[in-house]
Amino acid sequence: MPTWAQFVLLSAAKSVVVIIILLTAVAYAVWLERKVVGRMQNRWGPTRVGPFGLLQPLADGIKFILKEDIIPTNVYKPLYIAAPMISVALALMSIAVVPFGEQLRFGSFSTPAQITDVNVALLVLLGVTSVAVYGVALAGWSSNSKYSLLGSLRASAQMVSYEASLGLSLIGVLLLSGSLSLREIVNGQSGTYFGFLPRWNFFPQFIAFFVYLTAAFAETNRIPFDLPEAETELVAGYHTEYSSMKFAMFFMAEYTNMFTVACVGTLLFFGGWHGPALTFLPMVVQSFVPLFWFAFKIFLFLFLYIWIRGTLPRFRYDQLMAFGWKVLLPIALANIVLTSLYIGLTTP
Amino acid sequence: MMHTVLFIIFAVVCVAAAINLLAQRHPINSALSLIVVMGSLALLYLLLGAEFVAAVQIIIYAGAIMVLFVFTIMLLNAGEEELSKSSRVAIVFGVPAVAVIVAALAYILSRGAGTAALGDFIGGPKEIGRLLFRDFLLPFEVTSVLILIAIMGAVVLARREER
Repeated sequence: MPTWAQFVLLSAAKSVVVIIILLTAVAYAVWLERKVVGRMQNRWGPTRVGPFGLLQPLADGIKFILKEDIIPTNVYKPLYIAAPMISVALALMSIAVVPFGEQLRFGSFSTPAQITDVNVALLVLLGVTSVAVYGVALAGWSSNSKYSLLGSLRASAQMVSYEASLGLSLIGVLLLSGSLSLREIVNGQSGTYFGFLPRWNFFPQFIAFFVYLTAAFAETNRIPFDLPEAETELVAGYHTEYSSMKFAMFFMAEYTNMFTVACVGTLLFFGGWHGPALTFLPMVVQSFVPLFWFAFKIFLFLFLYIWIRGTLPRFRYDQLMAFGWKVLLPIALANIVLTSLYIGLTTP
Repeated sequence: MMHTVLFIIFAVVCVAAAINLLAQRHPINSALSLIVVMGSLALLYLLLGAEFVAAVQIIIYAGAIMVLFVFTIMLLNAGEEELSKSSRVAIVFGVPAVAVIVAALAYILSRGAGTAALGDFIGGPKEIGRLLFRDFLLPFEVTSVLILIAIMGAVVLARREER
């Protein structure tokens, strides 16, 4: 078999595995959210389908597929149909550059635990995020409904504004690690400070981390920045006119983006798959320990998402814009200046 | 082999989207075609080994600038345009001009223009950063000041108060 065919087959196989795992995780993130928010509001969350409501995602999926797919009369059809596909496709695309661990070994054959290792991975992620706004924008516009249009205008303005802070918050980390490859950024974080503190970028770059977290919440349209779908004023925002599987695709895109944000946060600030080596475990289990740490850190991120959703109220729209431009952006810039000064003063 | 196939695919997509951009009558379709043109250009850069330029092309052009285009079209709720009659000047001067350019290009290519192999262009972020901030520091900074002035001009124009 020629090498390019091998490459194509291997990449396709990896993509299929990653996407299946990701979508299952997305389904269970929804379950987790309903459970945890339920507990926070002193109720049970889903309990009926399966033990602890564990089969609820499956039931939801079946419901979404079987529901009638209504296309309103006055929508602009090509874009109305394309918009959810754009959303979900771009959301899934960004996971392609995320590394999950070291090499995977099957006998003599080994391959990196990542779909593709590009050396500008971070820029690819930013590119995909910046294009992802079209899914939301086009959905609102093509629906031909004022609520949808308002929602998508808000979403586009919000995503464009917070993208600036998001990009700038990453620069501090880039200055420290000197590479745009996610794998190298993670490898730069192995070891410890002073012998006990993990060498995570979070400690020197905690300002950048909080800027990243805030901007990422806004990018994924989550509470307290979920103005695009503020149900009290806009019905459901940009996906008001969508039903059935098309609505589910927006939903999937939102939760997939949450996962991407959690992955990038883990890789850039929390040392990716590095963690305490659990040496008491048998050798076979040992090789899965990095994957476990990675998944565990992502779980913590998701829990934080849900926790904040259960806690904070929504911003007003002018507050959102003022916060993004007048607070977050200056902080991100100050962090870059401080980090560069530090590096400039300490490097001989 | 694979690179050639990919190049042909994206080159065709790029040109087709550019033609579609002119042929469409709805502004949003034209804007979307332009995004496809930008995207396939980025992929062509990537095929040449200029990964940084490719990523920036997507982030700046397809992401930031075209979002503003689409945003404006959405905000103004622009509808379908009428096809205007082609002007006589365009036919009288345009067709011969195109013929001359195509002929000139064909002549240059037939003489055997220089070849560009894949990976000839060293376009990593590090190399580009060195070029921009060491060799071309002055032009780079002057350009950034120019852009700053343009932004300030836009703000002044937009915020002019009625007296």
